[in-house]
Amino acid sequence: MSTNKEWPLWEVFVRSKSGLDHKHCGSLHASDSAMALQMARDVYTRRQEGASVWVVRSDQIVASDPDTKDMFFEPAEDKVYRHPTFYKLPPDVDHM
Amino acid sequence: MDANSLSALPYVLRMADACLIHGQRLAEWCGHAPVLEEDIALTNVALDHIGQARALLSLAGALEGRGRDEDALAFLRSEREYRNVTMLELPNGDFARTVLRSFLWASFMKVLCTALASSTNPQLAAIAAKSLKEVRYHQQHAGDWVVRLGDGTEESARRMGEALALLWPYTAEWFADDEIDAQAEASGIGPAWSSLQAPWRAEVDPVLAEASLTPLAQDFNYGPFRSTGKRGVHSEHMGFLLAQMQSLPRAFPGAVW
Repeated sequence: MSTNKEWPLWEVFVRSKSGLDHKHCGSLHASDSAMALQMARDVYTRRQEGASVWVVRSDQIVASDPDTKDMFFEPAEDKVYRHPTFYKLPPDVDHM
Repeated sequence: MDANSLSALPYVLRMADACLIHGQRLAEWCGHAPVLEEDIALTNVALDHIGQARALLSLAGALEGRGRDEDALAFLRSEREYRNVTMLELPNGDFARTVLRSFLWASFMKVLCTALASSTNPQLAAIAAKSLKEVRYHQQHAGDWVVRLGDGTEESARRMGEALALLWPYTAEWFADDEIDAQAEASGIGPAWSSLQAPWRAEVDPVLAEASLTPLAQDFNYGPFRSTGKRGVHSEHMGFLLAQMQSLPRAFPGAVW
């Protein structure tokens, strides 16, 4: 296969049997979505990991820039009042 | 040992050895498939077949009643005692031939395992029910490749056409009944394989059509060639396959991981 025809990259998300959400577990190469799903099944769910699989073209994911980490995330560090830890819960509400 | 068990034995061995030998051939791709993802996929399919072979060989050992377990049957028989159809022992060839063979056989296993749901042997029915889920995936995965390659580039279509021309005549053996089929049908162990031909074609033909491939016998008529693996008379490739497969257990009897 010539390099200019290399299969695109896909990101794989698997929901485990007990899990509620799909978790990112890796990536793979496949020529289209049908093949990507089959390959994801074969590469990432061999040990009973999965009950559902999503695949997304890697180039379709919009990611934040690592260089903007300070601007994006640091301002949240000293805003403790954004955590709802200052409320007194009624005893009936056990865990929230 | 009652007569029913003994007449079921060769019928079960045909399935068991087919799974074993097909699994062995597919496992040869480990580390050699065109891409890493497909390498893992083919190995998964190979392991499914080995798993099916283990269950079926254990059942065969129980039917035989001579104390032979799955390992003794898998590794310590001679060539003429193996009852797999000839097609599955042929060398892998290229990737096109590999996926086409896998598709043709998975389609056969699908209709066979479906029919075995009503087997009078509850163990065989259970093994078939478990295997059915596996072979449905094998059929889909291999069938996808048959369509992609058959309806792909000029080169891939040529290779797929050559694979079909080579493999198709070997499917005649699958549907040529003998006394073992007749006994199995009479005792209710399983269907005579000839009865699976029409449902098998119903599985295979649409995929071949989508792949722009034409089976060589539209009307179920084959040429005079009949392979004879399921009667224990194998091609020249079988001895080499067994030599490789059996070398370790014969050199180190009772070896375990």
